[in-house]
Amino acid sequence: MIVSDLSPIELARQLTGPGLRLRTGPVVTRIQSPLAAVAEGISLHYAEHPIEQPEGFADFHVRLGRPHSVRRWLRPQVVFQFDGAPPFLPLPAEQAFPMLEWGLNWCISAHCHQYLVVHAAAIERSGRALLLPAPPGAGKSTLCAGLVSRGWRLLSDELALIDPSSGDIAPLARPISLKNASIDVIRRFSPEAVLGPTVHDTLKGSVAHLKAPLESVERATEPARPRWIVLPRYEASAAARFEPLGKGRAFMQLADSAFNYNLHGRSGFETLAQMVEACDCYEFAYGDLEEAAALYDELAASA
Amino acid sequence: MTIARTDAVSRALRDPRALAAWSLAQWENLVRQARSANLLSRLAVLLDDEGLQHRVPEAPRAHLDAARIVAHAQEEAVRREVAYIRKALTRTGVDVVLLKGAAYLFAELPAARGRLFSDVDILVPGSALAEVEAALMLHGWATTHHDPYDQRYYREWMHELPPMMHVTRQTVLDVHHAIVPTTARLKPQSGKLLAASRPVPGEPGVRTLAPADMVLHSAAHLFLNEELSSGLRDLADLDSLLRHFGQDPGFWTELVARARELDLARPLYYAVRYATCILETPVAVQMVEESDGGGPPALLRPLMDGLFLRALRPDHVCAADRFTALARSALYVRAHWLRMPPMLLARHLAVKAFRRQEDRRGDR
Repeated sequence: MIVSDLSPIELARQLTGPGLRLRTGPVVTRIQSPLAAVAEGISLHYAEHPIEQPEGFADFHVRLGRPHSVRRWLRPQVVFQFDGAPPFLPLPAEQAFPMLEWGLNWCISAHCHQYLVVHAAAIERSGRALLLPAPPGAGKSTLCAGLVSRGWRLLSDELALIDPSSGDIAPLARPISLKNASIDVIRRFSPEAVLGPTVHDTLKGSVAHLKAPLESVERATEPARPRWIVLPRYEASAAARFEPLGKGRAFMQLADSAFNYNLHGRSGFETLAQMVEACDCYEFAYGDLEEAAALYDELAASA
Repeated sequence: MTIARTDAVSRALRDPRALAAWSLAQWENLVRQARSANLLSRLAVLLDDEGLQHRVPEAPRAHLDAARIVAHAQEEAVRREVAYIRKALTRTGVDVVLLKGAAYLFAELPAARGRLFSDVDILVPGSALAEVEAALMLHGWATTHHDPYDQRYYREWMHELPPMMHVTRQTVLDVHHAIVPTTARLKPQSGKLLAASRPVPGEPGVRTLAPADMVLHSAAHLFLNEELSSGLRDLADLDSLLRHFGQDPGFWTELVARARELDLARPLYYAVRYATCILETPVAVQMVEESDGGGPPALLRPLMDGLFLRALRPDHVCAADRFTALARSALYVRAHWLRMPPMLLARHLAVKAFRRQEDRRGDR
């Protein structure tokens, strides 16, 4: 069963009652919320995601609701609770769906230590995965969004889950978070892309989520082996180009971007070292997405 | 006794073999409660010991795998940290007595397996406290409490320095000169603990408490603590220590005698009562009778059971009943009552209440 099999009334009943058990790749989250923005966001962005039965196993139990304070009447807020306790401060009520997304990211990065969790976008073509680790503002999500609207499969926009035993990346196929100017860039680049409402004045500026392509969601249990590591860098009006990246630097970038590299010790080092060894590593500067997408087609064809 | 025994974590700790037959819904409940009780990695290790890790369904098994990785990383971190502490104190010539988790680890006790650590605790002679603090500061540890009242609270009334944090590694170190607050009713003498402490083979300058003292410290820590959110984890420590040391038949007599000597008969009574009741810890028959003499008056016992049997459950909504919050609050007040004489306690609570108001004003 998938989310769009539920009528809006049934979806709301599950969210306000026993919770919706939403599967995203290997992770099942039980979501409870009385908030309309959460129900709307889920029915838009997770329409094709599987839902699990109540007698199954949910990895995480989250709830988005209004905090109990007088402020709810003055300036409504939303609070994210993980298993009964809030890991973050409340946010303005308009940010309910972005908060769900950030909360789900946190659930994974704070708990799924069976994986090496790297802050990176990951996409796949012909069974080969491409990893885009980058600091915020480097244009990682924009590039990722652009490429998944041109034939690449989305594994994950924020969190690359690397299985230390196989070296493969487990997909999540969740919405891509676009910020500020990127929102219009993607609207122009891919008019058929499905974007949720833009939410302004968040900690990250204006945010809108791009729905994951259907094929990515349908194949969200299919892992992929890393083949390329690319450090993207957006530069206005730069000609798109790949430049070789030393393996040492690629390794350090991944180790720095990993949330739990320190927990994995020797196994973490070996997992990353083997991955970097097996991958072609590049830096990639780009100013225009069309130009970038063409170069990534060539890259995929050359492998 | 049903109040305590029905939570998923204590059921699993009592009988890990039964877990092979648990449904996914039961596993879901267990993972949630064990995570909040800091006992998920402990469960993982127990299942490994029984050779049952592969009989756990895949979804909960992923959580056990993750927890095992965290516990292993923390174990390595504590080993490194103790080496740094030892190095920092070499020139002082003061031996470090490790307490709690770090001690279980260096004494190679089963209690260390799959245990999570939040900080490292050490015990040094009160006379060496200033020298130890200075040496640690030279090596990068700094105090965490900058408020003059907090400094005074720790330095005059407590049994430890304000927690120290290493400036680059961000690790937390608690330096104790006693195992209960200076102002507490119970007066275990630190000199006796230090005198009976044992060297850790292969680690010059590092010691652990003697077995009976280790149990008594664990009991004093748990049953005088104002905050029991990790209470079941601490009880699991006691369970493991008693099972291990109890293999030596002479241990029980020694434990009871030592408890009297150190003025810790009451915490020992509670430790035996709740470890046997909640975790079915096997203890010698004479132990139950003798520790009973250290217990509270008979009229008080049902009340204490009502409080501790609730507070020692995992701090999770699925493991609570309508009296749990009340029980936790009552034990918070009780712990303060035991830690300070009435006038000092009144003053301390007044300062804390006043400061909370100040903080609120600062918010605006």
